[in-house]
Amino acid sequence: MGISIQHEDFDVAAELAALRAQSAETGALVSFVGLVRDFSGGERIESIYLEHYPGMCEQALAKIIAEAQQRWQLIGVRVIHRVGELKPSEQIVLVATSAPHRADAFAACEFIIDYLKTAAPFWKREQTAHGAHWLDTRQSDEQRMQRWFPQGDMQ
Amino acid sequence: MNITLLYFGRPREMLATSSEIVQLPAGITTVAALLAWLRMRGNHWENELADNRVRCAVNQEMVPLSAAIRDGDEVALFSPISGG
Repeated sequence: MGISIQHEDFDVAAELAALRAQSAETGALVSFVGLVRDFSGGERIESIYLEHYPGMCEQALAKIIAEAQQRWQLIGVRVIHRVGELKPSEQIVLVATSAPHRADAFAACEFIIDYLKTAAPFWKREQTAHGAHWLDTRQSDEQRMQRWFPQGDMQ
Repeated sequence: MNITLLYFGRPREMLATSSEIVQLPAGITTVAALLAWLRMRGNHWENELADNRVRCAVNQEMVPLSAAIRDGDEVALFSPISGG
């Protein structure tokens, strides 16, 4: 269960190959890659800057992954999140899951990225031609997160 | 009572502070009271640490502003998170 927070870019193919090599029981491999968009709210993005809370961030991600492992039958999970300055089209985040069957791998991958968006301490600042601003948690992200906790038992 | 304060996101930038160790006056035992005390620094401190803008973690766990703080705690103050 690898968690990495780093400035350096990552190689999706190499990460998936490593997950694939973990077990011959793996029947499904699902990955999500989040990228820097070039427009936000009608403004052209020159770059984004990501910062995180060292220590708490790793703990929060470990907790999210542990929750996914309780809910679904998984073999491997890999999460890589980049920090620092990134340009449009660059990779920000990788969530990859492997499982015996695709339903578990799909659901767990979506759960982990939805949960990460609302619970892992990262902050994003967008740089446009008109200045820089820090983003708020998106309401749509919070709504996506709530879907996973229909009883309202989110911690 | 001494605590370590950490700042992330917008408050870190606007307050030009990423960490500090502060000695709290007697009677400040919750995050909400800590925020009110820090806001007395004025200017950006007043705006950035408004109760409805700031989020908080104590010892690396997200907590509501009503949470208690104790001697030696690590208290982080930040804007709403926005990763991924």
